[in-house]
Amino acid sequence: MTTRIVELRQGILKKNDELAAELRGRFAAAGVLVLNLVSSPGTGKTAMLELTLRELRARGAQAAALVGDLETDNDARRLKASGAPVRQINTHGICHLDAEMIGKHLDGWDEVAGEKGAPLRGLDYLFIENVGNLVCPSSYDLGERIRVVLLSVTEGEDKPLKYPGLFNSADAAVITKIDLAAACGFDRTLALGNINEIRPGIRVFETSAKTGAGMEEWLGYLAEARSGRA
Amino acid sequence: MHELSIAENIVGTVTESLAAYPGARVVEVRLRIGVLAAVIEDSLQFCWGITTQGTTLEATKLAVTTVPLVVHCARCGEDTELEGVQSFRCPRCGEPATELRQGRELEVEAIEIEEAG
Repeated sequence: MTTRIVELRQGILKKNDELAAELRGRFAAAGVLVLNLVSSPGTGKTAMLELTLRELRARGAQAAALVGDLETDNDARRLKASGAPVRQINTHGICHLDAEMIGKHLDGWDEVAGEKGAPLRGLDYLFIENVGNLVCPSSYDLGERIRVVLLSVTEGEDKPLKYPGLFNSADAAVITKIDLAAACGFDRTLALGNINEIRPGIRVFETSAKTGAGMEEWLGYLAEARSGRA
Repeated sequence: MHELSIAENIVGTVTESLAAYPGARVVEVRLRIGVLAAVIEDSLQFCWGITTQGTTLEATKLAVTTVPLVVHCARCGEDTELEGVQSFRCPRCGEPATELRQGRELEVEAIEIEEAG
């Protein structure tokens, strides 16, 4: 018997990365801006997305959403009330979305979004609401152009320090529920400082889905990003 | 807890590369995992045991090398290793560091195989 070392130097998530690259190409060709929303459970991703979809539609933009949860289609039903095409992805125990799940859920979507055979055509924005989790989604590229991390004022200002892997991988940050900031004793300066320490220079939006605060800046950013200026 | 899917992906990678070495037995799988890769080694070892149980990879050792965080500083042009993951600044000049050179690795570096003859 002889032993030897075989160099592989291969990414463990290579298959996911390849699929994500394919998706990114498809999204770019269709001219749709894709955003991956990540946060812990209860941050208010769905509430933020509901308002975003409604506002975008009111401004004449075409937006759709894929929403991931372990179980139930509650979020998809909530989001559909905005009038936007929405599909639920149930992962049945898996703690993150991956590129294969996104690809599968785009198939056969012609009847709800876009044209036959081209499910993305005509769409301006596609939001992917990830499973609520601040750890695992950081490793899985979904082919998005922008990864948005959300943080609510009720969670504690040190979340970015506790979950640097995810916060550092984000392209933009949204602070949610700022209508509750005073009641929670939220230290805004500390939270912004922590975000900037982990991901220097990132754009941060301070929002409330309840009062609509910060939505103009957020929607402005989306429009800029879509036109390639952000 | 995505270490189980990571373990399954490692099995896939190793099995595919073994096709070029018929009859070989894998003694050790060597991984490089960055400190920001969100993988807990203990958990991965546990999942590796479960995933490989009853397969040809059972009893194969999983050797993990942790890859530290290295940032590139736009101001002083240096690549420097950071001691922690709590502050992304150049340790030399204090400039915020937006470019990572390493620390997100999640890769099978090599396998050690045993061949007949």
